[in-house]
Amino acid sequence: MMDALIAAPLLLPAFAATASLLFWLRYRWAGAIVSIASVMGMIVVAIILMTRAASGEAIAYALGDWPAPFGIVLVLDRLSALMLLLTALLGLAVAVHATFTGVDRKGWHFHPLFQFQLLGINGAFLTGDLFNLFVFFEVLLIASYGLMLHGQGARRLSAGVQYVVVNLIGSILFLIALGLLYGVTGTLNMADMAVRAAALPAGDRGLLRAGGLLLAVVFALKAALVPVHLWLPRTYSATAPAVAALFAIMTKVGAYAIMRTMPLILGDAGAGSFLLPAALGTMLLGFIGLLAARGLGDMAAFALIGSTATLLTAIALFDGPALAAALYYLPHTTFSAALLFLTIDLIIRWRGGEDEAIVPTPRYKGQGWLGFQFLAAAVALLGLPPLSGFIGKLLILQAATPSPYMGVIWTVVLVTSLIGLVGLSQAGSDLFWKDTSTPPITSDRSTARWGEAVPAIFLLALLAALTAGAGPVTAYMQATSAQILDADGYVGSVLGPDAGKGR
Amino acid sequence: MSIEFLVASAIGVLTMAGIYLCLRGRTFPVVLGLAMLSYAINLFLFAIGRLVLNRPPLYEKGLTEYTDPLPQALVLTAIVISFGMTALAVVLALRNFLETGTDQVDGVVEADPPRPDPEARP
Repeated sequence: MMDALIAAPLLLPAFAATASLLFWLRYRWAGAIVSIASVMGMIVVAIILMTRAASGEAIAYALGDWPAPFGIVLVLDRLSALMLLLTALLGLAVAVHATFTGVDRKGWHFHPLFQFQLLGINGAFLTGDLFNLFVFFEVLLIASYGLMLHGQGARRLSAGVQYVVVNLIGSILFLIALGLLYGVTGTLNMADMAVRAAALPAGDRGLLRAGGLLLAVVFALKAALVPVHLWLPRTYSATAPAVAALFAIMTKVGAYAIMRTMPLILGDAGAGSFLLPAALGTMLLGFIGLLAARGLGDMAAFALIGSTATLLTAIALFDGPALAAALYYLPHTTFSAALLFLTIDLIIRWRGGEDEAIVPTPRYKGQGWLGFQFLAAAVALLGLPPLSGFIGKLLILQAATPSPYMGVIWTVVLVTSLIGLVGLSQAGSDLFWKDTSTPPITSDRSTARWGEAVPAIFLLALLAALTAGAGPVTAYMQATSAQILDADGYVGSVLGPDAGKGR
Repeated sequence: MSIEFLVASAIGVLTMAGIYLCLRGRTFPVVLGLAMLSYAINLFLFAIGRLVLNRPPLYEKGLTEYTDPLPQALVLTAIVISFGMTALAVVLALRNFLETGTDQVDGVVEADPPRPDPEARP
């Protein structure tokens, strides 16, 4: 009975989406309440599931009670529980921010789309079946098309066309990879595939590897790695910043899928040797782009690319300590990128002019607080003390020490942090310190409403909690990374303890 | 000519045309290219269960020879998803054209193509 709760992160947003759709014309506040209540429910469910998963055993829930290799299973382990909690916390911040700032009233169906987006993300984190993963990717993408275009406008539409086309081609690549893997192994269940992949004759190994690496390309596209990163900056800077804050989790869906599938399908001969140069290149490009950005949206988008690449650098090493470091950095980078997006949204709203440009403006109410918030977001994103990014980057550097590529990784991580520091300090001093001589225009200004800053403060508190609780959190992450690399344990808990022994 | 050759070359030609069209600068050829690519994928997925002739895809008592039914279910799902996505891409491209006045994928209005200059060459 308790295992059925694993399906709750899928059912809750599905019902909430339908329920909030009822209020699309009148009583729209009711739709917002349904949406926020659903995200709060997801947090509770995620915490319960996390305590279950912390016992160490992966739990498989067979939908419709069809046994594992034939039916579709949902698998809950430490990694998926962590991702569920992360999604729900970020979802709460974004839902409240969108409601308080009125972004959800700029178009018709913000809250239903938002819930479907969460449904797709949660599904991708829970499913134990590759084709089902494809379907949940489609669910989250379809919802993201709608959210990305929310509020409309010419710039958003033309960026939207590119985003849709790129992701459709990504889906096609995903299907080719699935076809190859199914053709070779004859199964789509991840655990069953791990068993059969290990037992493949040498002649089929090449095809399996091609399929696995093609899958890695698709996930790299979601995580915006060089050379398939080109869609991200324009999409994220063109969409509403509140939506972009939610999209901060989407690049992590790619990172999650790489962590989940690569050890199972490719075993030790993972995709790390291809991922590492791509991640390092992306990091350089992201932070240089941040330095060159002329708009707030561009700046935050490039910062997101750079910090996701830092995460993927650690993942590409594919060993216990590196994965633990990556997992500690994962919630941190998600929250800090979202915090930056929410902050720039408030800057754009509160200063009431100049739109996106990084230029000095006349004084406005709340500027001091926004300056502090921007500073906190920048400190978090760059990994400076005292926030958790510092610990995260330290762990990554430490985990990279035994690697033969230690020199390159250390150089790139440290140099890009410096480049990012220069870029963000420049932007910060332009935005908050320089004063223009033009007299303040007070008449048509939207005044600062302090309630709008609450979600950002919530994210900041989460970052502080991640810093203060670094000890227990890293212990959980170490256990998680051991569980990720233990493919036999995963297979055993999905297919039953005897699976794979007789092959 | 074997059926394997026919199916494989059909997939190849469709993919080739699809990739070429996807690289075009206007949205209409791109949408056509996406449609071609999804046809190629549907054929490809259909073939992953191995090509066999004259066998039912269903299990039945006493039936010993049947084809793999799973790829057909996958193709069905893929068709539905790609159909919906193509419809979305078409609507989006149309809205984009009406809003920005150009059907270039990057949203930049192209300059008039340079006219051939009759006096440039003797």
